[in-house]
Amino acid sequence: MIETELSRCVAAFMPGATGVRDAAKLSGGASQETWRFDIVHPAGDVGAILRRSPKGYGAAPGRAAGLDNEAALMRLASAAGVPSPEVLHVLRPEDDLGTGFIMRRVEGETIARKILRDAEFAAARPRLARQLGGIAAGIHGIARAALPALREMNATKEIAELRREYQSFDWPRPVFDLALRWLEQNDPGPSTEITLVHGDFRNGNLIIGPDGVRAVLDWELAHLGDPMEDLGWICVNSWRFGEIDKPVGGFGPREELFAGYEAAGRKVDASRVKFWEVMGTLRWGVMCCGMMQRFRIGPDHSMERAMIGRRASETEIDLLRLLAPRGEG
Amino acid sequence: MQDEPTPTELVHAVADFLRNDIAPLISGHQAFKLRVGINALDLVVRQLTQAAGADAAELARLKDLLGEDGALLDLNRMLAQQIASGALDLATPGLKEHLWQTTLAKLAVDQPNYASYKREAGRDTDVS
Repeated sequence: MIETELSRCVAAFMPGATGVRDAAKLSGGASQETWRFDIVHPAGDVGAILRRSPKGYGAAPGRAAGLDNEAALMRLASAAGVPSPEVLHVLRPEDDLGTGFIMRRVEGETIARKILRDAEFAAARPRLARQLGGIAAGIHGIARAALPALREMNATKEIAELRREYQSFDWPRPVFDLALRWLEQNDPGPSTEITLVHGDFRNGNLIIGPDGVRAVLDWELAHLGDPMEDLGWICVNSWRFGEIDKPVGGFGPREELFAGYEAAGRKVDASRVKFWEVMGTLRWGVMCCGMMQRFRIGPDHSMERAMIGRRASETEIDLLRLLAPRGEG
Repeated sequence: MQDEPTPTELVHAVADFLRNDIAPLISGHQAFKLRVGINALDLVVRQLTQAAGADAAELARLKDLLGEDGALLDLNRMLAQQIASGALDLATPGLKEHLWQTTLAKLAVDQPNYASYKREAGRDTDVS
């Protein structure tokens, strides 16, 4: 039972903690798991989350920043005023829990469709686009010298990577070729400023309460690069969950995202943001195709994976709406 | 020749049974997985119903665009290569129309409830 190791672990880092209860796995693939549990403490129980790679799955796959880096980035983000769960403990070998970290649980909603639909978020929704602009500015303002070692990406490398991945599927998608061609012809070149990029900054990776954004989650794809990438990614239609006329996560217009960003003292380059929105749309499409490949050749032979393969066409229509629109709106 | 009922009718009947009789009995993660499964069966029904017509129209457009004869997959490979090389682009007469019609036909099978699709499918079909 994981509760045995967790109890020993929390007693070692939190004075007074006597154990844990109600450990439950929230999600997990082969290499990464998320657990929720409560730390039992005489001053009142503490809600906690464990993110870990179980023993034997130490190495982070290609794009992942690594769990130790995620913990370091969340601490830096929090210090920069970005809403973040408090990292309570980074796992050590003697904890016998694999690699990862324990954070304080933040109450709120992460499911995008509920955030966009439920009455309790109605007052917060119109404010979120602007608030997210301010939060992105906070992330991009973190001093590079403070950052852990991260891979550095740029538009040209990203296009080449997407092309290689698309070609590896050996299945023609003329709309993807159109998008790759457009990206190559509109590559804005290296950004004058290279910053921390969250890498998956979108509706679905945020904890939202009636009061607004409570936490930014999922730093797994964090890297160094063009800060406009995060602003483009949050506008990708796939993260609007049906609210297609509100580009910023289904919450509001780009202008509000940009206003929040600039109010925090940073500059927006709207044409770069558009470029990264096209790139992000294609990237999600390629990821959907990748899920299908893993369904077909990998050990995870799940219906869900297979069906995500049939969502790649969603990104094709969105790419056409961006690159070859048929009319207004 | 295989006998009746057709695959479409069989899959449709199974999907309806799961939706109407089984789904109400199940909760939690298994209910989520069941819904994904029912969605998959519904997709299969749409594909069995629509693919022949959509594929024939797509093939006819591809032959026109490329001036070549061939199988649907081969002509799609050729189109992809010609777009990648720049030999064909959005200024090529018929290309934009073809990509739109092909994509709309895919969405009609894959995700007919996707908001972008519903918006675009409701438009006038003249896209020139």
